[in-house]
Amino acid sequence: MPLPTKDILGILADNLNQRKSVLPMSAAKTTRWAKGLDLPKGGKTIIYTGHMYQLIPVIDAMAGQMAKLEDSPITKMFGLGRNVNKLVNMTFFMGLLASKAEQADYDRMLRNIAGLLKKAGVEFGYLYGEELYSGALVYDEGIDGSFAKHAQRVCDLFKKHGVTKVITVDPHTTHTLRTAYPQFVEGFDVEVKSYLEVLAESGMEPTSQLSDELALHDSCIYARHENMVEQPRELLGKAGVKLNEPDLCGKNTHCCGGPLESLFPTESHRIAGNRAEQLKETGSNVASMCPICLVSLRKAAKGSVQVNDISDTLAKAYGV
Amino acid sequence: MPKVSSKLAAAIKCSDEFNADACMHCGICTAVCPMGYEILPRKLFRYVQVGLEDKVKENISNIYSCLLCGMCSENCPAEVNIPENVRFLRKYLNEKEFNLS
Ligand code: SF4
Ligand code: SF4
Repeated sequence: MPLPTKDILGILADNLNQRKSVLPMSAAKTTRWAKGLDLPKGGKTIIYTGHMYQLIPVIDAMAGQMAKLEDSPITKMFGLGRNVNKLVNMTFFMGLLASKAEQADYDRMLRNIAGLLKKAGVEFGYLYGEELYSGALVYDEGIDGSFAKHAQRVCDLFKKHGVTKVITVDPHTTHTLRTAYPQFVEGFDVEVKSYLEVLAESGMEPTSQLSDELALHDSCIYARHENMVEQPRELLGKAGVKLNEPDLCGKNTHCCGGPLESLFPTESHRIAGNRAEQLKETGSNVASMCPICLVSLRKAAKGSVQVNDISDTLAKAYGV
Repeated sequence: MPKVSSKLAAAIKCSDEFNADACMHCGICTAVCPMGYEILPRKLFRYVQVGLEDKVKENISNIYSCLLCGMCSENCPAEVNIPENVRFLRKYLNEKEFNLS
């Protein structure tokens, strides 16, 4: 029996309604990456993580459990699970299973990104524990009522802090804030840009030339939904990185399979495996620009090819 | 004999979110879709357009399996916004079948 769509969607929506996130995490976990960076609280321009990088180690711990449940009779218990979850935040326990090393790894990527923005001369603040998840998954699943309420909450938060420009760090949050929010929140006029767009526009120059050869894995959302293809190539190209593009790249990129992880893990892994094979054919290590792509491809590649976040290469090249 | 549902057809008519009118059923979308399911997305849209609600319900897991990756719409000669149409169907099913909004 596949995982029960209805009950899982119900849990995601209940969590967003009650706890303001599909997978609620403690503020200690979502803000730990910023420790010691001295980012000002709030401000007109802010970095907005949408908790995506921080969530991956938790999702990863959970996905292992879920894949075991697919095709197991326990799937019948999900309805009950939804009721329990209303009373007890079940994700909290998943958070305890998350690997410390993996958390440090994803925190480093966020630190890279903040460091790059500073190097580019961008002044920005951070909302720390007040920052909220974007609602991306609930939007994708078409749970529009819950999503609309949540989008309004985030918009109110921006208003409260006088935020006029948001710098996002991943494609899902970028797309949700930039393209979905204006359709759900009347008068939403906050400017939303991905950090890769901000860095490319800044005209920043690398501090060292790299001899790396990389295959860039474009995120479907950045490339096709948000029309962002050139910026990462420009930033890498300036730093001397040689790009070995897979056949399917840019606007014709192939999905990493990640979006199916919560409902159809087996199918998700099949798509990720196909993409990992295509990337492997380039003979190069892979750079991704989305934490979901990163974790999906890493798991699928099983070490046969190195997959890293683009921020690691950029940090090296631009002196962070 | 498949049943035609006027409810589904009506929901679609009043929605500006579901719009596959321009589709000429060339099948490019299905050919490039990484999922490789026969029904995604062209055949599904056909079922919806003619109001075959039973057929749509039979294929619920395929509807939730779409990656919303946009490979289809990128290559669609009629510029149909396929991921947005899939999102609309999920919204419809969430409300009608799962009592979820
Ligand atoms: S590619 Fe476009 S026009 Fe062709 S079948 Fe698909 S939706 Fe219709
Ligand atoms: S958006 Fe959905 S239907 Fe279109 S190519 Fe991707 S998985 Fe297939």
